[in-house]
Amino acid sequence: MKLENQWPKYYKKNVVTHYCPGCGHGIVHRIIAEVLEELDVGKRALLVCPAGCAVLAYHYLDIDVIESAHGRGTAIATGVSRANPDLFVISYQGDGDLSAIGTAETIHSANRGENITVIFINNAVYGMTGGQMAPTTLLDQGTTTSPLGRNAALDGYPLHITDVVAAFPGVAYAERVTVATPGGIKKTKKAITNAFQTQIEGLGYSIVEVLSPCPTNWKMTPLQACRWVVEEMSKEYKPGLLTDKREEKRKLKA
Amino acid sequence: MSGNHTIGEAAIRAGCKCYFGYPITPQNELGEYMAANLRRAGGVFVQSESETAAINMVVGGAATGARVMTSSSSPGISLKQEGISFLAGFELPAVIVNMMRGGPGMGNIAPAQGDYYQATRGGGHGDYRTPVLAPASVQELADLTMEAFNIADRYRTPVMLIGDGMMGQMKEPVVFPEPVKEFPEKKWALKGRGEGPSRYLASLILDGLEMERHNWKLVRKYQEIAERETRYELYLMEDADFAIVAYGTTARICKGAIKRARREGIRVGLIRPITLFPFPTKVLQEIAHRVKNFLVFEMSTGQMVDDVKLALADYQVDIAFHGRPGGVIPTPLEFARVINRHYLRMKK
Repeated sequence: MKLENQWPKYYKKNVVTHYCPGCGHGIVHRIIAEVLEELDVGKRALLVCPAGCAVLAYHYLDIDVIESAHGRGTAIATGVSRANPDLFVISYQGDGDLSAIGTAETIHSANRGENITVIFINNAVYGMTGGQMAPTTLLDQGTTTSPLGRNAALDGYPLHITDVVAAFPGVAYAERVTVATPGGIKKTKKAITNAFQTQIEGLGYSIVEVLSPCPTNWKMTPLQACRWVVEEMSKEYKPGLLTDKREEKRKLKA
Repeated sequence: MSGNHTIGEAAIRAGCKCYFGYPITPQNELGEYMAANLRRAGGVFVQSESETAAINMVVGGAATGARVMTSSSSPGISLKQEGISFLAGFELPAVIVNMMRGGPGMGNIAPAQGDYYQATRGGGHGDYRTPVLAPASVQELADLTMEAFNIADRYRTPVMLIGDGMMGQMKEPVVFPEPVKEFPEKKWALKGRGEGPSRYLASLILDGLEMERHNWKLVRKYQEIAERETRYELYLMEDADFAIVAYGTTARICKGAIKRARREGIRVGLIRPITLFPFPTKVLQEIAHRVKNFLVFEMSTGQMVDDVKLALADYQVDIAFHGRPGGVIPTPLEFARVINRHYLRMKK
């Protein structure tokens, strides 16, 4: 078997990522590269990478990339997409980025129905800065800034931002998936394919929320982290389709 | 035509493809003009959810190689500083208009010049500068708006056009240059990799030595801009033994004051910086060989006066300052009296 042929065209060869063992980023990067190739949009793709662990995504994905200030991914993606509608625009963001500092940009780019795809990596902590509490942190989950566990009275509740934007008329497609199991990874690829197709058809905003393990900051082994995604995170953030308005948008377009 | 509308028309003629902005007084007429006319011209107008979003849309648009702009007034410009720093780091061209108002904080909506430091010292975080153009008439708003796009493209840098509520609201006749038809090629623009290698734009440079190289590269660029793009106007300076330094609205008022003072026999002239960064240091130094008394007028508590002092640090000259901050518009009569007072002191 020639392994070379299976290497995705839009994933750089001979690079070792800086991601920790058991991290979900690498899996999602690979899926993005595969789907870009399958749908033949890699040549006109522009990825907006976030402040956070995925800031160096341009070292791994072999497509054009622009870095974003923390939280501003979908504003930059809006500018890119409006200035050059021929580009295929992906904003890749984490949970602190997308649902804390970038909440306004997230809400309004979704509400405008920008023709972009958001890949939202939810690992319930701020990863790169060392595991602080995020808006998505579960109740009672220990982090460096919620050392006794997240306390609703002091720290508020886990924020379901994808459910919020899924309700907007401008959002054509929203799904929540995990990369903690082989089945979850398959569903992730299907969801990202659907989201990309939404953009290719010009139907508006699409978002895929990926529940993703962060063993280092969760102080777990990779296996424990995957189990935690399935047993704890998935209870709070139920995987599944959140909205699919593609059919009605196709009719509107026709 | 009003100043704010003029900027919009000039930007469209300069080939501005996208305008991203958020409402704030006293520059709303510019966004309104773009909503109607830029869209009509086939361009993009987005009213963003915030100043922060607007400047980041500018980042995205600029990255594709399009000519892009945003505008705001003082508090909104503060919010844009993060994005302006990124534009400088990415080396992306863009035009940012600041129609200054009184401050700090909410301040008021009256004309002021309190953002001089912010505009000329970079404004956001990190080691960078932005070229700053300060027009003093509606005609100059048109000319400098178009020039701002050229400078931005030529040097791959954000450029700031700075005025105030008076500049934005006043109406004067204006002749627009012909629309720009040919644009510089932008090989660096992100257009998707196509058949070529993939590329990226990043301001993240983790290696200290590499970051330092980038910092010095930017400095060399600013030096080149200083050599080639420094602009100023000299008004009645040929026979002057007393020099006023003022920019923008204040400079206009000064011209009236200088005419009055000259009627009383005071040989006073005006040095008007048109670029605030780069500051016209050399011309000040040349003039300081024969003129020993300088008076700086600003609608602030004294910011540009520091640049005058820096420029003339090695010259035996007297530098005085008179400021009206807070949105107070001084009259030519007030300035004429101040000129008179300093002239008498100078002659003692």
